[in-house]
Amino acid sequence: MHSSGRRRLMQGNEAIARALVENGCVMATSYPGTPASEILTGVMAWQKAEGTAMHVEWAINEKVALEIAYAGSQSGLRTAVAMKQVGLNVASDPFMSAAYLGVVGGFLVISADDPGPHSSQTEQDSRLLAMLAKVPVLDPDSPAQARELVALGFELSEEFRVPVMLRPTTRVCHACQDIHLATVQKQERRADFRKEPSRWAATPNFRYRLHLELNAKLAQIADYAPTAPRRLNSGAGSKKAIVASGAAAGHAKEIMANLGLMDKIPFFQVLQPYPLHTRFTEEILHGFDEILVLEETTGVVEMQLRNRATVRGKLSGAVPEAGELLPEAVERIIGEFAGVTVPAPPEAPAGGGRRPTLCPGCPHRASFYAIKKAAPKGIYPSDIGCYTLGANLGGVDTVLCMGAAVSQAAGFHHAYRISGEERDVVATIGDSTFFHAGIPPLIDAVSQKARFVLVILDNSTTAMTGNQPTPAMPLPGGVPVEISSVVEGCGVRFCKTGDPLDLPAFTSLVREAVEFACKDSVAVVIAKSPCLVDKSRPKQQRPQAEVEDDCTGCRVCTSQFECPALVFDEATKKVAVDQLICSGCGVCLDVCPSRSITRREKP
Amino acid sequence: MNQQLIISGVGGQGILFITRLLAETAIHKGLPVLTSETHGMAQRGGIVVSHFKVGDFFSPLVRPGQADGLLSLKAETVALHRHFLKENGWIVANAAPLSLVETGHPLAAMDADAAALAMGNPQLVNLMILGLALAEPERLFCTAADVERTIGRKLAGKQKELETAMVAFRTGLEARGKGVKE
Repeated sequence: MHSSGRRRLMQGNEAIARALVENGCVMATSYPGTPASEILTGVMAWQKAEGTAMHVEWAINEKVALEIAYAGSQSGLRTAVAMKQVGLNVASDPFMSAAYLGVVGGFLVISADDPGPHSSQTEQDSRLLAMLAKVPVLDPDSPAQARELVALGFELSEEFRVPVMLRPTTRVCHACQDIHLATVQKQERRADFRKEPSRWAATPNFRYRLHLELNAKLAQIADYAPTAPRRLNSGAGSKKAIVASGAAAGHAKEIMANLGLMDKIPFFQVLQPYPLHTRFTEEILHGFDEILVLEETTGVVEMQLRNRATVRGKLSGAVPEAGELLPEAVERIIGEFAGVTVPAPPEAPAGGGRRPTLCPGCPHRASFYAIKKAAPKGIYPSDIGCYTLGANLGGVDTVLCMGAAVSQAAGFHHAYRISGEERDVVATIGDSTFFHAGIPPLIDAVSQKARFVLVILDNSTTAMTGNQPTPAMPLPGGVPVEISSVVEGCGVRFCKTGDPLDLPAFTSLVREAVEFACKDSVAVVIAKSPCLVDKSRPKQQRPQAEVEDDCTGCRVCTSQFECPALVFDEATKKVAVDQLICSGCGVCLDVCPSRSITRREKP
Repeated sequence: MNQQLIISGVGGQGILFITRLLAETAIHKGLPVLTSETHGMAQRGGIVVSHFKVGDFFSPLVRPGQADGLLSLKAETVALHRHFLKENGWIVANAAPLSLVETGHPLAAMDADAAALAMGNPQLVNLMILGLALAEPERLFCTAADVERTIGRKLAGKQKELETAMVAFRTGLEARGKGVKE
């Protein structure tokens, strides 16, 4: 097999990326978010390897990303936009509208769901947003199938001139599989936007007609053979049937085989959960007395199988309605449905594990410590990113959604003001999140005379999702946009930059900002210090910390500062430095009340 | 052959790296492979677990009670993830031998933290544990030589990194019988 040079290990997101390039996608946009982040990185790598002329961009947010890719489709090109499921909330406005207007070049909206959730604020099912928008959606079970459905998605999109959603989940995006590479199709298309104001700039009257047109398309899409449900076994004659979609179908295939059910119970895999194929719906409802539906996260297929008496799934209570549908659950559910005894699997231990934490040496930890010192009784709204982990050291009181730290800070100020009280409010937001959704609420705060401090945690990267660029640090060829000039352009009168690793000076700066906000208006502090896990930056060699014998065991450094490299030793009642992980940032030297932490002589 | 493994530790230890080394080794041997990785917030010092399946599978996840082996890069994950093991499933762990609780499973352990610190690079624990797993010839679907070839391909052109990786891998491979608990 050593000759199979074209077969290689690919993560689901890389396989999607490869398929986009293979199928002639020439514009791809995204905003990073787990589990979708590696799609655009993959497109960039394949574009480079194949030497294809493309526009590939990390956009400022998902709405902008979708609109840019959509204009490419309106110009006749194959284009795609990738995001995580909550990103689709941000992009839902153009998404809904584009469904009515339709497309010219094939247009894929890739929205990656995160049942669990593993790294998200909700478990929402993007397929429901596809239903709401009346957009067909494809639901792959594996990296290999995701690759297949990208090709099919472009064909479907161009056949019916509609946007098509591809909805992978974490177990597809972050699974790796051996994949054969296919040849890249060169589409040789040129941008050719044809003016058609009654469509592209439709007024409400035309929108009604476009809605009728979309409904007619959906009826045909529900009869489109290439995306029809696939029966995966033949000859099984039973009055029971199993219908599965997405990652749950992958688990079910394996479990059906393990339980010896493949030749007993008919098994159908749905590739296009919405619109569910009309003939399939009729046949399955007429042909079987009991139908089990396995899918994540909402019963989207199930609710289209309109018979509550025979259909079992999430709505009937047979399948849990929250959390990831793990293979052990699928095994139990299939066992019960088929009447097969499945031995109970060994149970996972209750509790244990360890919570994620800001990295040792992360500048955000110092920023939070300074904020707590400067405004000890403050309210601390925060936002989405690594710095959400500031909650571990009591520096984060709220996390709602991208950009909400700024609007909520204003909201808290107004709520207390009308109650006749003054509360210090110090909000934190990352640099990428500030660009994504923090600018409109900052303008709003200035114009509405809200008074609070906004600390922009500027580590010059989008860290949580794997260090993607920001508008302030774009890829080569881009034009950097300075955060401070944006802040000043929003009308903010106090905007100062400091290095949080210089803890005493930075704490003074935050105090100054708190005083300004107390008597004047919004104050912005830019906490500028690079991310330690950004591989594009040289690793710093700094001498590690060392704890002297006069450590009093007060635990301020482990509880208030919460550095994982500082460990309280129950035997000695003193703190010790974990040399495996200490980065040598030296901030704990300023945190220790008894000045018992020093630097080692050698790194 | 079919084999299912769990590889676990904490974020930053290079669990994805060794999972992919094994997966690429499988592909090179002409075997189908499916893995599942942990990304996102857990990578910031939380528990990170990879599922690895070589052979005929459709799901990327290992069910509890089905794993042939557990590679634990941090001693505490032995207790967290041993429920994935089948009855005779083995454990290869980074632990000072005596600190590890009795698990009832065949066990090989070494203090890879100390060995990596002695080499001046805590990032090498992953390769040491992978080496230790391959010290017993029949344990994995592939041999130590297979994995060394994959490391060689992966780090081709990065001579210094390659040399360090090989030293770490062989430290694990040769740790057997030198204070290792079996």
